[in-house]
Amino acid sequence: MDPNEVRNSLRAFVLKELLNNPSYPIEDDEPLITSGLVDSLSLALIGVFAEESFGVYIPDTDLTAENLDTLNQMVDRIVSDGNRET
Amino acid sequence: MSESLIQPIIQRAHTQPDHLTLVFIEENGDREDINAAQFHAKAVAFARALQAIDIGADDLVVLVLRHSQVLLSAFWGAMYLGAIPSIFPFLTEKLDPDLYMERVRLLVAHSDMRAVITFPEFKPKLEKLLAGLDCRVLSTDEVPMGEVTGDVDPAWSAAEISGEKIAFLQHSSGTTGLQKGVALSHRAVLNQVESYGDAIQLDGDDVVVSWLPLYHDMGLIAGFVMPIVAGVPVVMMSPFHWVRDPKILFQAIDQYRGTLCWLPNFAYNHCVRAVRLRDLEGVDLSHWRAAINCSEPVRLDSHQRFLERFAPYGFRETALTTCYAMAENTLAVTQSTIGEQAPVDWVDRTALQEERRAIPAQGDAPGALPVVSCGYPVSGCEVAIVDEEGHRLADRQVGEIILRSNCMLTEYYARPTITAEAIRDGWYYSGDMGYIADGQVYVSGRKNDLIIVSGKNIYPQDLEAIANTQPGVHPGRAVAFGVSDERLGTEGTVMVCEMENAYQPEEKLAIERELRRRVVQQMDVALADVRLVERKWLIKTSSGKIGRPDNRRKYLQEFR
Repeated sequence: MDPNEVRNSLRAFVLKELLNNPSYPIEDDEPLITSGLVDSLSLALIGVFAEESFGVYIPDTDLTAENLDTLNQMVDRIVSDGNRET
Repeated sequence: MSESLIQPIIQRAHTQPDHLTLVFIEENGDREDINAAQFHAKAVAFARALQAIDIGADDLVVLVLRHSQVLLSAFWGAMYLGAIPSIFPFLTEKLDPDLYMERVRLLVAHSDMRAVITFPEFKPKLEKLLAGLDCRVLSTDEVPMGEVTGDVDPAWSAAEISGEKIAFLQHSSGTTGLQKGVALSHRAVLNQVESYGDAIQLDGDDVVVSWLPLYHDMGLIAGFVMPIVAGVPVVMMSPFHWVRDPKILFQAIDQYRGTLCWLPNFAYNHCVRAVRLRDLEGVDLSHWRAAINCSEPVRLDSHQRFLERFAPYGFRETALTTCYAMAENTLAVTQSTIGEQAPVDWVDRTALQEERRAIPAQGDAPGALPVVSCGYPVSGCEVAIVDEEGHRLADRQVGEIILRSNCMLTEYYARPTITAEAIRDGWYYSGDMGYIADGQVYVSGRKNDLIIVSGKNIYPQDLEAIANTQPGVHPGRAVAFGVSDERLGTEGTVMVCEMENAYQPEEKLAIERELRRRVVQQMDVALADVRLVERKWLIKTSSGKIGRPDNRRKYLQEFR
């Protein structure tokens, strides 16, 4: 799994589905949940997106702001789980 | 009929000790069944522990506890003593812990709270903060739950409680909400249980399933107090767990044959977006006789999407019902007819918004707007619509919704001025706008500028106060309001702030990030949009105030 592809796809998802501002310059290490950029409902949607787009299932207990606050954290999680499964 | 909320519990513990009272689903998936005798015994344990630190009748007790079984026991234990519990929203991973504790201290000081019940890890800090105030801190590990055997202690006799006595307080969120503790008497809550129970045809075969938080009226009354008092089993899960993984609600409804579940409108959208189809395999929702949409404006679109998604699993169209509720009336003011899908009134959008009249329109006509009925007033509750001067309005004219009932608040606790503003000649002025047609109540908006996000009330003045101390924002030149978000099925919170100076784009971004961070840490609100604008952008009223509705309109024109 190519981390850059995952990152681009996630960034597009966050901008389109979770944020109202498509031109917001999200940085890779910018906290999204604890910074108040997107709300907590988003974590469940990120979980669904990870599964539908990359076939990676993130158990609900791991869908926390602590684990998945930044694009980097999300990419790491998806890539490492994805590589383990393949 | 009982005089107090605790009599039915104590009586059931004696006469039907094995009666299933509660199923608690922990975040790790563990489940515990609690029968009437156990529920009672756990409440007694808390009552005794409070007694041991000299808490007694009429003392205020604030519960700083996460959604857990001890929260339930502490709430009822305080009432056993005749003390008055109030549930404080628990710390989340987004709130700033120091600011959170300070909020607790403010509440204790403002309302003269006599005790705080909290977890052991919070006790040292709270004790230090509350030094000098006449308030004890009781930690949950000081309550000897280990001795709870489930046997009913015959020696325990609860305090003599008259119906007029205050049973508990409900606060809404934010600094503004904290100052308004809705005080409800035992009699008012019992009246609500009876009249709302009739409206939803509550009976012994029902099972309530709830993920709702208990610091909010819908979760506290519909998802806890009413079923416990009525002897209807309730299956309870944590709101944080449900938000992450909404399928647990459907699995619980399937497994326990749930019949009743209350949901704020955003939850319909969240379930459609975040429950995977494969998680629904084999799930049977056919016992679910009423999904009751309550606590924020009901959207037809949310109902339709929910039905489309879950009908294949047995969810019934006729289960889509609605309720208009508020903490000041214990909970329900109205309920749509059980066993029927809540009716939709198609009206002319322009006439509704500009002439304040609900003129019927064809559903497919251009400019037709669907308004979902909230149903009929529950028994013992009278609803009227009034204009600005308090004159009654005719059917289909839009005005403020006022009500009087036998389940209304006694007062905003120790706040005579705001109580007198809200209750006039026995009528409670809700601040909601709406109309009545053929006896059914339709809610169309708010009179004041309250923002309702995912069922949670947010006072814009709290947000504006944060912006006013934000470096880069001109003090006193910020406005907050709600804007409808179709996708989420609720409102988004928007802030428009005038800048102190002309800033470079990266400087503006830094100010926006800082403001968002401070808002989420203090209020747990993620702003849907922040706009930093030039000086003199905001519209002032003739009296020099920054009017929220005018600026909301300008925002929608310029930025949407």
